[in-house]
Amino acid sequence: MTSTLSALATAVATEGGHGGGQAVAEATGVFDLTWLLIAFPLLGAAILLLGGRRTDKVGHLIGCGASIASFVMGVVLFAAMLGEPSDGRAFTSQLWEYVNAGGYTVDVSLLLDQLSISFVLLITGVGSLIHVYSIGYMEHDERRRRFFGYLNLFVAAMLLLVLAADYLVLFIGWEGVGLASYLLIGFWQHKNSAAVAAKKAFVVNRVGDMGMVLAMSSMVLVFGSTAFDVVFASAEGASTGWVTAIGLFLLLGACGKSAQFPLQSWLLDAMEGPTPVSALIHAATMVTAGVYLIVRSAAIYDLAPDARTAVVIVGAITLLMGAIIGCAKDDIKKALAGSTMSQIGYMTLAAGLGPAGYAFAIFHLLTHGFFKANMFLGAGSVMHGMHDEVNMRRYGGLRIAMPVTFITFAMGYLAIIGIPPFAGYFSKDKIIEAAFADNWITGLATLLGAGITAFYMTRLMLMTFFGNRRWKQSEPPHESPSVMTAPLWALAFLSVVGGFALLYFGAGIVDWLAPVTGEEHHELPMPLWLLITITLATVVAGVAVAWLMYGRRAVREDVPAGSPLTVAARNDLYGDAFNEAVFMRPGQYLTRSLVYFENRGVDGAVVGTATAFGGLSSRLRRLQTGFVRSYAVTMLGGVGVVVLAMLVVRLP
Amino acid sequence: MGEAALFWIMAPIAVLGALGLVLSRKAVHGALSLAVTMISLALFYIAQEAAFLGVVQIVVYTGAIMMLFLFVIMLVGVDSSDSRVETIRNQRAAATLAVLGVIVLLTAVTVRATLPEEPAGLTQATPDGNVAAIADLIFGTYVWAFEVVAALLITAAVGAMTLTHRERIFNRPTQKELSIKRFSEGAPGDAAGLPVPGVYARHNAVDTPALLPDGTPSEASINRVLVARGAARSTEEFRHRPTPADIEAGATETRSSVEGEGRLASDADEPAAGDDDTTGGERA
Amino acid sequence: MNPTNYLVLSVILFSIGAAGVLVRRNALVAFMSVELMLNAANLAFVTFARMHGNLDGQIVAFFVMVVAAAEVVVGLAIIVTIFRTRRSASVDDASLLKL
Repeated sequence: MTSTLSALATAVATEGGHGGGQAVAEATGVFDLTWLLIAFPLLGAAILLLGGRRTDKVGHLIGCGASIASFVMGVVLFAAMLGEPSDGRAFTSQLWEYVNAGGYTVDVSLLLDQLSISFVLLITGVGSLIHVYSIGYMEHDERRRRFFGYLNLFVAAMLLLVLAADYLVLFIGWEGVGLASYLLIGFWQHKNSAAVAAKKAFVVNRVGDMGMVLAMSSMVLVFGSTAFDVVFASAEGASTGWVTAIGLFLLLGACGKSAQFPLQSWLLDAMEGPTPVSALIHAATMVTAGVYLIVRSAAIYDLAPDARTAVVIVGAITLLMGAIIGCAKDDIKKALAGSTMSQIGYMTLAAGLGPAGYAFAIFHLLTHGFFKANMFLGAGSVMHGMHDEVNMRRYGGLRIAMPVTFITFAMGYLAIIGIPPFAGYFSKDKIIEAAFADNWITGLATLLGAGITAFYMTRLMLMTFFGNRRWKQSEPPHESPSVMTAPLWALAFLSVVGGFALLYFGAGIVDWLAPVTGEEHHELPMPLWLLITITLATVVAGVAVAWLMYGRRAVREDVPAGSPLTVAARNDLYGDAFNEAVFMRPGQYLTRSLVYFENRGVDGAVVGTATAFGGLSSRLRRLQTGFVRSYAVTMLGGVGVVVLAMLVVRLP
Repeated sequence: MGEAALFWIMAPIAVLGALGLVLSRKAVHGALSLAVTMISLALFYIAQEAAFLGVVQIVVYTGAIMMLFLFVIMLVGVDSSDSRVETIRNQRAAATLAVLGVIVLLTAVTVRATLPEEPAGLTQATPDGNVAAIADLIFGTYVWAFEVVAALLITAAVGAMTLTHRERIFNRPTQKELSIKRFSEGAPGDAAGLPVPGVYARHNAVDTPALLPDGTPSEASINRVLVARGAARSTEEFRHRPTPADIEAGATETRSSVEGEGRLASDADEPAAGDDDTTGGERA
Repeated sequence: MNPTNYLVLSVILFSIGAAGVLVRRNALVAFMSVELMLNAANLAFVTFARMHGNLDGQIVAFFVMVVAAAEVVVGLAIIVTIFRTRRSASVDDASLLKL
């Protein structure tokens, strides 16, 4: 097995025709301990979830410890990886054989390369910060231990997702994060809305999972394997039709997990979960799994331009949809959720641009992980101070009461709208450049998205921290404890320097990821300085419009009627209504008609037969009078028949 | 020729007997009709060189089995008679149809079958006579069947006993116990027991009432079943006759009471009956 | 005389017996009708024995008589038992063998 793997790896390396071409070495030394990354949080989850009440007191510490240990391990591996030559930084370590059925073999092996280590650091780093933050945020929740257990479970599953070297193993992590997401969205399951939201997330994700299953089935059919190396190496030999199909199936899976159009509806409801969950799962990490999947499958998308076009379209639609929804929401978390959708749309769009965009997608994914986690945690801090009030129309002027939250949030705000030199400027600008380089339409979509982003984030900022105070409570809102503000500071710092550092530190992220994703440069249709100027002008325009609407005028506490677009955006652009009308109602009618058919048709046939026999037998029963003489008549008749038969047979 | 005469005489009798069985309302008449048929059949057997069977038919069937039937008929009620109304719907029609069908079929078989015009006769088969030949077969070829049938008969006898047996759930009272019971529970007048019927010179039968010491006939001495059936003799018949003068005086009275109101009249006459002891003594 | 006459007589007696079984309600009469049918069969046996010069027919008739005797014993015992419990000798009264 090992020899086959390395042979294939060599084949991939020598071929080198597409972006994924990089020699994959057998893990040795410290890289052999990659499994510890997953083992730490998994052990933490096991202790917390199986340990019961005994671990109540120290549960949060165990959870944080497991996450931090994993982070430390990730840093060690990252450092070790930096010590390797730039084209030999991919390592695989086979743990055990998972499936061996006929010609189909699945090994549980981990693939540690530049792409996965980036995710490992994001997941464990941001995850650890959010763990620490949760100590404060969940302090008064009596089920805090369980919460940390779920968080650890999520981290373990997410790490398995990004470290897997086989689509089937990836799928295990994929479902693991889905499970953790379900458990955490419905963490306050005593609230009906939370329970329903969890169910909705679960159901919508199943649709995406069908895409994953179809993709894997197709791989088994076409390539006979779901291992990355085999699939990527033989992708070129497959027909374009199959590769495109696999690409579209993977896109469906990515849409489900990353809340992309048309499977976007669950993310807004997922905000029913505790805010750290929203920050970790539904902003920084899990929802980006779809982007990871597309980038990881670069070898497939490189060969399927049609599938890539579909990815771009999905990304562009989601980018604008999310931004528009974000403009209309008064719920601070839902506004941020719309923003998350929009930003992931950026990433998806970038990933759809092919080798020119993969690195930028991951780049934006990382910076977005920083500033969006920062802002979600900031929102959580605000809610913490405002007694779980989420309506921004009840906020206002909080910058005085909560200075730390305000400052850190502002860093995130500046980062997301793309003001230089904050993190978002570098990553988003690169995506806009790549989009313009590809074609005008996608470029304009990203540019428009940037403007709307500036508008809704400024609106959020103004309604929350500026303007007249609209809160009613007697005592003023208090700043959160330091265990919550410390992660905010850390993330704010990353929001400020993350972009610059990632782009220019060392060889920069583009070169870092190039062995995995490939590299490609397009000529811009206009000078770079002009594009940057236009982008910044758009952003400033968005900020200005927002200031005109919400900064200069006092924010009303009641909800204004708004334009039709606003109303539509408040209703999530009728995504739920669409789902209900197109899928749910017909489904209900279908099941109802099936039930009707079952009752009348199937049961009717069965029961009807039974009734017919019942009726027949009750008629036949009449023959059984119980009178001996009736039986005697029958008997004599029988004798006659026997004699007749004998006559017929014996006599001529 | 003689056989033909026998057949043509006895066959209608046999058929009439069979019809009598089916058509008679009383079971006992039916049984007697059947006996007639069986005797005719016995004659047919003898006529057909089956002397042994003929005798067995008379002895076993007519003698034993029919007697058994008669006994049971007595037990069940010799007087009970069936109504002729059919209670099961369509039974008559179905029965008629079935019987006609069977008649047609069997007749067709009999008529169409190829049978010897003249019987082969059993002379050859029974060189030492009918009984010896039958014995040969029964204790020879058919000995096993014979043993089995014997076992069947024994089993049937045991079965009949089992079926009709009734478990006694208390001891039969002894004569002493009955006597004590009579004295302790009954009226003192009944202590001596009921009078025994039929103690006259003229009638010594159960349907005749006893005459009490005072010369009055006692109804209690007659089985009430006989009274109910009207088979008992009238008590008035044995009442003490008064002197001729009295007869003439009360002739009309007595006659009316005999015809109409039996018991009441006899009570009314009691003082008169008590006059004459000599008649009673004379009769005793 | 043609011995077929005996057979026809046998058929007639058999049919009359069958009719008796079918139409008479009195268990005793029905039972006697059965006996009549058996006797009719016996007559046929004896006739055949004579026709074919073979004594086996008589032997069978003999066995039929024995079996009929056994049957009568048990059957009458049953009738008596039923009469004892139900105070009736009608076959229609014993019609519990139905739903």
